[in-house]
Amino acid sequence: MDLSLIIMQLLSGIALGAVLVITALGLTIVFGMLGVVNFAHGALFMIGAYAGLYLASLTGSFWWGLLLAPILIGAFGMLIEFVLIRRLYGRSIDDPLLLTFGLSYILVEGVRIVFGSDGIPFPTPPQLIGVLDLGIGFFPRYRLFVIVLVAVVLLVLWLTLEKTRVGLIVRAGARDPTIMQVLGVDIGRVWLAIFGLGVGLAALGGVLAGPMRSVNPEMGSLVLAEAFVVTVIGGLGSIVGAVVAGLMVGVSISMVALFAPEMATIVMFALMAVVLLIRPQGLFGVRGRTA
Amino acid sequence: MPKSGSTPKITRRTALAGLSAGAALLAMPRLGRAADETIRIGFPTPLTGPFAAEARDQVKCAELAVKLVNDKGGIADRKVELLVRDDKLNAGEAATRTLELIEKDKVHAVVGALSSAVQLAVNEVTRARGVIYVSISQSDTINEAKDFSKYTFHEALNPHMTTSAVARQTLKKGMKVAHLVADYAYGHEMLRGFKRAQAAIGADSVGEILHPFGAADYSTFMPRLMSMRPDVLCISNFGRDQANAIKQAVDFGVKQQMKIVVPVILHNQRLAVGPDVFEGVVGGANYYWGLETQSKSAAAFNTAFKAANGGAIPTDYGAYGYSGVGSLLAAMQAAGGTDTDKVVVALEKLQYDLTKGPQHYRKCDHQSVQSVLVLESKKKSAMANENDLFAILANDAGADDMLRSCSELGHAT
Repeated sequence: MDLSLIIMQLLSGIALGAVLVITALGLTIVFGMLGVVNFAHGALFMIGAYAGLYLASLTGSFWWGLLLAPILIGAFGMLIEFVLIRRLYGRSIDDPLLLTFGLSYILVEGVRIVFGSDGIPFPTPPQLIGVLDLGIGFFPRYRLFVIVLVAVVLLVLWLTLEKTRVGLIVRAGARDPTIMQVLGVDIGRVWLAIFGLGVGLAALGGVLAGPMRSVNPEMGSLVLAEAFVVTVIGGLGSIVGAVVAGLMVGVSISMVALFAPEMATIVMFALMAVVLLIRPQGLFGVRGRTA
Repeated sequence: MPKSGSTPKITRRTALAGLSAGAALLAMPRLGRAADETIRIGFPTPLTGPFAAEARDQVKCAELAVKLVNDKGGIADRKVELLVRDDKLNAGEAATRTLELIEKDKVHAVVGALSSAVQLAVNEVTRARGVIYVSISQSDTINEAKDFSKYTFHEALNPHMTTSAVARQTLKKGMKVAHLVADYAYGHEMLRGFKRAQAAIGADSVGEILHPFGAADYSTFMPRLMSMRPDVLCISNFGRDQANAIKQAVDFGVKQQMKIVVPVILHNQRLAVGPDVFEGVVGGANYYWGLETQSKSAAAFNTAFKAANGGAIPTDYGAYGYSGVGSLLAAMQAAGGTDTDKVVVALEKLQYDLTKGPQHYRKCDHQSVQSVLVLESKKKSAMANENDLFAILANDAGADDMLRSCSELGHAT
């Protein structure tokens, strides 16, 4: 098989992985810091795509949609935390799980009622239409943009968590919330912000995926499953794990598609099974952690 | 860890179960009484899931067919009632719902199902219980002798008819053809149809890629498809898979290198991704509203649908709901009631023209012989209005020789 085809395939795998990373990241951050398994993550991804589309058509520019939708839906996420999830802290892990599971149904049905169950076209921004000649083959500009944007978001996120005071509080809060409260930090506000961030990342994933797929109310359900697989492979709660596992899953799907295309969906579940057999806590997970 | 939460949950569930059992008991005698007067048609269709848009149009049109008959006084002074059930695009769910329709709701016949696997499940149930089933799924394994029964009818087009009509319009001798195919019955049947048509025309296959059913991302198949350097890419999948696959192929610049052809071009999916993506894509269809300039039946159907649905136009899959239910009701009318054997005979003799010209069910396998349209998606600037989606490239009149022969399907001739 010729080398340029393999490189092109690798690149499409990375682009696929980039969207997986963004969605899995939101899921894993919320679990790692708050101990909440957010089953509404896929629905919020879908809401993000609709919000992006709506804002883009309102302002006439995709870029406003890309910027504002994650902020708006992130704020909506904070509202969900403040009104609903906050009441369930300190209870069994199943309680917020069931709550968000129910919430996902409400969100999907709500969108069906408002926007209908048909798919809606989400046009690619005019600047990014078409393909770029990479010398060895053509690759869609938009997908290259997605890879770059996700890399930038990851960098900003990493710098914030590792190099700033806010990041320090967040990391310490995840380790031991009680001590943080004793030290005079309002941990409730930290959790509020973290949940908002997680939801905002889901929405960003939705807006980014919009121009690559048709936007419809069920688009989040498959994404939720994929995000869970990535989080489990990477280790629940691990940010590095989500990034590595997301790329790994994207590239595996892509490479398997080259040799056995009908197996392309199954490969990520196979990968998850293998990882769970060898390292039950996931690649970067901490053993014995329960929220 | 709160343990207290689990106790009230069980009581609530028990209470709910009790309540619904009570409700069912109350509903029972009413249904029993209704059995003597109304004619009930069961209609399983995937109202939720990736084919929801097509399913909803089917329901609207099926309701229209029922309404038109009821407006004229029903059949033998009996009103007709349509019982719509969500099969969730799942064979098990469809079998359960169909069984319920037959055993509990006492339907006189079943029409519906969109997916190939689901129609086979419905057919299993109806065949075993001797209930008429008119399938409106594009898959035709149901017509082959092993699945066939005298109660089984297939109103929709089948893969052989659409692929050969599309291939005639798009393929030429010596052309190179690549295939992207959904890995389930529908995709395999379409691929078989295309390859048969290709062989007859003298075009060559340069490769086939099977993709998982319901995939959201097709980007990983594109580099390999492009490296095959075909003249034509046949994408044989359905519903949102069609929209996503074409959209992503276009993103990868596939249209600059090759023509995209589909066995069945879907009205709702064209709407879901917009004119620029679909521009120039060619595919087969059972119905397109624009046929009204060529066909009086199409014009009449459009008018009736618009009147019932606030000016909206009927879609391709919607038309199946209308002709599937409509042909059955016409046969019941001719048979003077719901006696299954009489209706079967009436269906076999029926000559009907509901949406696009004359149709009839072939005797040996009960496949509806009908015309096939070949459509090309219009450029945005060439659209006269927002409903002006396709140009009609061909309208092949229905004929028995468009179908695979009775003996090939395993029927005695």
